[in-house]
Amino acid sequence: MNKLDLVKNYIREKTNQIRKEGGAEELSKLSDFKPGDIVNVAVRVVEGDKERIQNFKGIVLYRRGEGPNETFCVRKVSNGVGVERIFPLYSPMIQSISVLQSSKVRRAKLYYLRGMSERKIRQKLRAQ
Amino acid sequence: MGAALLGKKVGMTSYFTDKGQQIPVTVIEAGPCPVVKVNTIESDGYEAVQIGFGVRSPKRVNKPEMGHFKKAGVQPTMFLKEFRVLDTSLKPGDVLKVGDLFKKGDKIKISGKSKGRGFQGVVKRHHFGGVGMTTHGQSDRVRAPGSIGSSSFPSRVFKGMRMAGRMGGKRTTIRNLEVVDVIPEENLLLVKGSVPGHINGLLEIVKL
Repeated sequence: MNKLDLVKNYIREKTNQIRKEGGAEELSKLSDFKPGDIVNVAVRVVEGDKERIQNFKGIVLYRRGEGPNETFCVRKVSNGVGVERIFPLYSPMIQSISVLQSSKVRRAKLYYLRGMSERKIRQKLRAQ
Repeated sequence: MGAALLGKKVGMTSYFTDKGQQIPVTVIEAGPCPVVKVNTIESDGYEAVQIGFGVRSPKRVNKPEMGHFKKAGVQPTMFLKEFRVLDTSLKPGDVLKVGDLFKKGDKIKISGKSKGRGFQGVVKRHHFGGVGMTTHGQSDRVRAPGSIGSSSFPSRVFKGMRMAGRMGGKRTTIRNLEVVDVIPEENLLLVKGSVPGHINGLLEIVKL
């Protein structure tokens, strides 16, 4: 194993440890989702000295990068405005990711969903 | 006494703190560095410690160099460097390791040979703004250096005028880098931010 992979594994374990202390799910449980899935991301939000869990529910547009650099983008439409949030997968702030609905898509990056209405997206994902 | 080591760049990745911050880190394979020679005022006129780094096949070492390594009783190393910050009470044959010298939170400086960029213009090499606009009939002044001096007096271009030329491939030092983590068993050092040079390039790491 080369040294960089070794460090990536080390960071993975370290992050897992931090996650464990924060009461978050393990990384191996997190990573089981793919573009096109509708997910609920539970994010730890620190406000002053208080902490709470904020949920972000939407459709996964893409996953990119590998190892500690991996990020994913979740899109939702809030009050008629499209909102996209990019999360680092390894971030200790992510408490859990739950897949609510899985759909079959033929692309790794679902940028084409941006221009579509919610109804059309629903139809599209069901059709596939 | 200060601490210094030789190392090589392994690559870069991300690191997460317990507060959830993502930090860009450079992974450096630092040491183990055997002490090859200790310079003293009596013998050399100045105090320094010479350390080696890297594995070198004995076939690739010429006889005078081999004698130098044999005297210290160490295996031939790829690189040799002297450091004046190191403790001169060290003995030839002692081995310096990351785990003993550096710890999390230390401030260090790292020197290395920057990546060679070839012949570059002034915009890239000296951060000039360029001269012209792209409109009003101009088409070729966007990345130009502009004036390089006045006319009849002094009738020459001053020395050191910043112009186009070879860029990079020079010794570069970055100070105040922070040690994010140390993995002693693998001789690895994780440093916040980037360091000079390409992957596998030789680095000098000195504690501030």
